[in-house]
Amino acid sequence: MDLFEYQGKQYFARFDIPVSPGDIAETVDEAVAIAERIGFPVVVKAQVKVGGRGKAGGIKLADTVDEVRTHAGNILGMDIKGHTVHRVWIERSSDIAKEYYASFTLDRPNKVYLGMLSAEGGVEIEEVAANNPDAISMLSINPLDGLSLEQARTWVADAKIDDIAREQTAELLVKLYRCYVEGDCDLAEINPLILTPEGKVHALDAKVTLDENAAFRHPEWDEYRATETEDPREKMAKEKGLNYIGLDGTVGIIANGAGLAMSTLDVVNQVGGSAANFLDIGGGANADVMAAALEVINADPKVKSIFVNIFGGITRVDEVAKGIIEALRRVEITSPIVMRLDGTNAVEGRALLAEHLNDKLISEPTMLDAARKAVALANA
Amino acid sequence: MSIFIDENTKVIVQGLTGGQGRFHGLRNKAYGTKVVGGVTPGKGGTDVEGIPMFNTVREAVEATGATASFVVVPPKFAAAAILEAAEGGITFIVSITEGIPAHDEAVTFNRLVRDFPNVRLLGPNCPGIISPGKANIGITSGDIALPGGPVGIVSRSGTLTYQALHELSQQGIGQTTCVGIGGDPVPGTNFIDALKAFNDDPETKAVMMIGEIGGSEEERAAEWIKANMTKPVVTYIAGVTAPPGRKMGHAGAIITGSSGTAQAKMDALAAAGVHVCLNPTEAGEKMVEIVRGL
Repeated sequence: MDLFEYQGKQYFARFDIPVSPGDIAETVDEAVAIAERIGFPVVVKAQVKVGGRGKAGGIKLADTVDEVRTHAGNILGMDIKGHTVHRVWIERSSDIAKEYYASFTLDRPNKVYLGMLSAEGGVEIEEVAANNPDAISMLSINPLDGLSLEQARTWVADAKIDDIAREQTAELLVKLYRCYVEGDCDLAEINPLILTPEGKVHALDAKVTLDENAAFRHPEWDEYRATETEDPREKMAKEKGLNYIGLDGTVGIIANGAGLAMSTLDVVNQVGGSAANFLDIGGGANADVMAAALEVINADPKVKSIFVNIFGGITRVDEVAKGIIEALRRVEITSPIVMRLDGTNAVEGRALLAEHLNDKLISEPTMLDAARKAVALANA
Repeated sequence: MSIFIDENTKVIVQGLTGGQGRFHGLRNKAYGTKVVGGVTPGKGGTDVEGIPMFNTVREAVEATGATASFVVVPPKFAAAAILEAAEGGITFIVSITEGIPAHDEAVTFNRLVRDFPNVRLLGPNCPGIISPGKANIGITSGDIALPGGPVGIVSRSGTLTYQALHELSQQGIGQTTCVGIGGDPVPGTNFIDALKAFNDDPETKAVMMIGEIGGSEEERAAEWIKANMTKPVVTYIAGVTAPPGRKMGHAGAIITGSSGTAQAKMDALAAAGVHVCLNPTEAGEKMVEIVRGL
């Protein structure tokens, strides 16, 4: 789960990482009240989970109440690369002497943690990596050892962080590492990490991705979930406990297993169609799950046909068949359903469905045949 | 021959008294796997359909001589259960649990590397391993596999593994071993581990490798294949149409920036001489053609 900047900063603050004082506003009046409370000048920052906010006009400096009113009014509701701005973060403006970069993430090939630190922050780190790779100091950290303040001190020197900022940066890195590990982040990134003319180091931005598998030990994450997705289809799917991602095509997809679901998207594309979604009903899905999946797909107005692709393993095909029958009983499915059912109890499953087959419920023998049929129906 | 396990491998099931553990443990036993014990704290001295239960892995290993463990426990207990298996003397651990936090996986993996270098972990979040006709540890349905070889299968995805077994078995092509390495960011066993073992196994004549978006294991496998592999490899990579930045079901299946795309993986594998196919059916057909031409 990706956090908004303001949520990331609030998360950082839990780990005692210095951030600019600020607060979140959903209306112009709230923005003004926050600015008056924290003192001018302030920065009004659009909260969207996409880069390039500044260029899009989503980050503005305000010296007066009138300017806050104007900028917050313009930014709230603004569309930035397809993301609507629902909230602005108002924070005390900081003077910047230097911009650094710091992050922790998993080094997947080596199965250890990777810390990245650069004295040249403020720009996309991928750009720095491409143009001036020596400017990034990488630190490989074994999860069993962790990061000591001593190591962090050596690291900031290697990265050529300015002398005056070294001790503060080393301390901040240890805190950011704690946030990354104890906070169960997939990514904890600060860009830019700034040095002010007064010699203070703090996080001016926050990019945090949380590992949803760790949600069971983080009740404090519940508040982030409410703001996680805007897509009404994804909201509905989430409420029903389904693993769903909304896409733009016309063939609704239901498959069991992430790999098969991805593969189903690919095959639909190969035969000239486009998927409306990714939906993995998971292992061991029963009739209720199948019925819920069909309901979510059915609610998507773009869907013109539905491709149910099941290879029973733990999932039993007869259960899937019962789910389809149950869903057809419960709701009126507008689009034709094309099924490919194989694996555990496939014979029983197909037998259950035999009497229900018609021109809106079609069974095909293979994944490719079913994809072609579903695409033909969607494009008809 | 088979890799990692065979008909003599003695297996315990951690979590045999749970719903999933019981279902799959008994199914593995019915397949012919030597399931010699189960472990659930507090259940020692009882039995599950004649399989003796133990309180700890160590007790189970001492009593049965088991070398492999099938770990079927919920995410929050999985890391501890894997380490208990290693500490108890198990050398081959299969973890099917989906949803283990990435940091738990990273710590567990590095503990195994540092303190138990002879232990192999398969998974987490994998379907397990089946050596058709010999042993099945995990959740794969045994009836879709065909004994006798000559194909080895290694896959990051569960259902696509079944699909691959199905495509081959339908054409009368058997498998030596089918290894599911799982879809998580820190897999205990990776493609190269399985490819090496298949390369060294005289009965395996060709390998089917099924990858997906995310990470760079496929690219690393491609380098290894180019330098070392003496047998034909057929591959299919899922997720060509996956949008960047979204986890496609598996915690490890995510395109970040420009890395982890299916296209980059397919290009790397093609450059290493691997037969790259665009869907599971095509991969099955290609493999049938290769095996018939052997």
